[in-house]
Amino acid sequence: MHPSLFVELYIFVLAVFVGFQLISKVPSVLHTPLMSATNAIHGIILVGAITLAARVHHGLALVISIGAVFLATLNVVGGFVVTDRILEMFRSPGRRGEDA
Amino acid sequence: MNDFTQLAYLVTAVLFMLGVMRLRSPASARSGNLLAAIGMGIGLIATLVVYYQFSVVLVVLAVLAGSVGGTVAAKRVRMTAMPQMVALFNGMGGGAAALVSLGEWIISPRVTVVSAIAALFTVLIGSISFSGSLLAFAKLQELITGRPIVFPAQKPINGVLVAIAVVMAFVLAASGQGGQSLLVGLYVILALGLGVLVVLPIGGADMPVVISLLNAFTGLAAAATGFLLANNVLIIAGALVGASGTILTQLMSRAMNRPIGNILFGSFGRVTGGAGTGATDDGVVQSATVEDVAMLLAYARRVIIVPGYGLAVARAQQEVRQVVDKLTARGVDVRFGIHPVAGRMPGHMNVLLAEANVPYEKLYEMDTINPEFPQTDVVLVIGANDVTNPAARNEPSSPLYGMPILNVDQASRIIVLKRSMNPGFAGIDNPLYTNPKTSMLFGDAKSSVNGLLRALDEV
Repeated sequence: MHPSLFVELYIFVLAVFVGFQLISKVPSVLHTPLMSATNAIHGIILVGAITLAARVHHGLALVISIGAVFLATLNVVGGFVVTDRILEMFRSPGRRGEDA
Repeated sequence: MNDFTQLAYLVTAVLFMLGVMRLRSPASARSGNLLAAIGMGIGLIATLVVYYQFSVVLVVLAVLAGSVGGTVAAKRVRMTAMPQMVALFNGMGGGAAALVSLGEWIISPRVTVVSAIAALFTVLIGSISFSGSLLAFAKLQELITGRPIVFPAQKPINGVLVAIAVVMAFVLAASGQGGQSLLVGLYVILALGLGVLVVLPIGGADMPVVISLLNAFTGLAAAATGFLLANNVLIIAGALVGASGTILTQLMSRAMNRPIGNILFGSFGRVTGGAGTGATDDGVVQSATVEDVAMLLAYARRVIIVPGYGLAVARAQQEVRQVVDKLTARGVDVRFGIHPVAGRMPGHMNVLLAEANVPYEKLYEMDTINPEFPQTDVVLVIGANDVTNPAARNEPSSPLYGMPILNVDQASRIIVLKRSMNPGFAGIDNPLYTNPKTSMLFGDAKSSVNGLLRALDEV
């Protein structure tokens, strides 16, 4: 067992609780951007891909690490750009001077 | 990993949380996304400071290719195609997680059971997410049929394959070394196959559930990679995404009134084949002309529009917004009542209407708008069917019974824009159409709404 395992488990469990609290406050109007933003956030796997790439220098492992970097970058960049595009469209009616 | 990097990762995690927190309101949401992106940038820079001894050329090329590909795809995608875009990016993340764990498995001897389990779990979940998302993309993009694809003994086969995967994982974890390359290869292929098999029997209208679920899978895969690499920011971000995907999956399956197991293993189309015809009452369907409808709308005080995916298919969002503008100018109170599963992913219809410049304050969720129907003069149902079916409330024999619906039948008048009398996706009769308060306006949604626009000018 590596010694920090229980610390990591605590972090995971607490993060799940915080996550449930944060996410359940998001109104259904914004569920698509929520999904696409969290989608971009799991692109943090790029950090893992880079740490792997820094330790392999030949062979299959190198190919795998470069593939991981490519896929994760697609995930991060595409995810944030597309979320921004969606959110750009949500306008406030106040500014357009029409109200019900 | 040094102290500076650890501190930077903490900042990243906090910015992710703050970013999601700002998604509570449409006004602050865009800045929330920006915060999360800045957090990502900080985390990546902190990583590069410590782990820079990689093959620079290859990594830079991969990052460039990924950035260009991601940006181009994200900029060009139509809003109607958003579900498949999100599915695709999700699959990339799942694939990346699987590859990272696979790479770790190959290069380092497994000294601990925990890392072995974390690695094998990530490979399994990440691969399922990858192939499942690609198949969901293909279905939504209509590269293959969007209908459920079923074959005999599907469920037992899936069950046996899952069992085999678990056994293989145990054997691999016990052998504990990167040497078993054949077995590892088979394990990856099996995991990829499982992703395909899970998504195959799921039809187009159930896609909101599947996309949410695959999102949760990728989050879990990222968190498991965090355990493998002892990297807290991966654990936190993965947990956050896992929670989000889980909540959305629950919301969607509740809105469809079907437990998640039923969606994943039930393949809706077959279940409803024989049922649903129980209450074929011989009511008379009244059809209306655009002039009738324009007259009703123009002299109403309160109007609620209920849009369904049929509206998006007909690409009539802009025209509907123009109708809203005309009615609002006449002093009519117009709102939208949106069912959680209107569209192909959670919240999809809101995005499509926002794209057509409908202000988000006119978009109401089901629970907020439902008490308003009894005080509403006219409801305009456009391209929605099952989510307005009163049988879900009062017909225990109906397959829809128990599903939360928009109570449009409580309004004084109901206008249904519909292509023809064909039943909806689920193939279930809708007694709403024979309700004496209901008039049908038959035809393509876009041309009907266009006709309505012209008729409104003459009222």
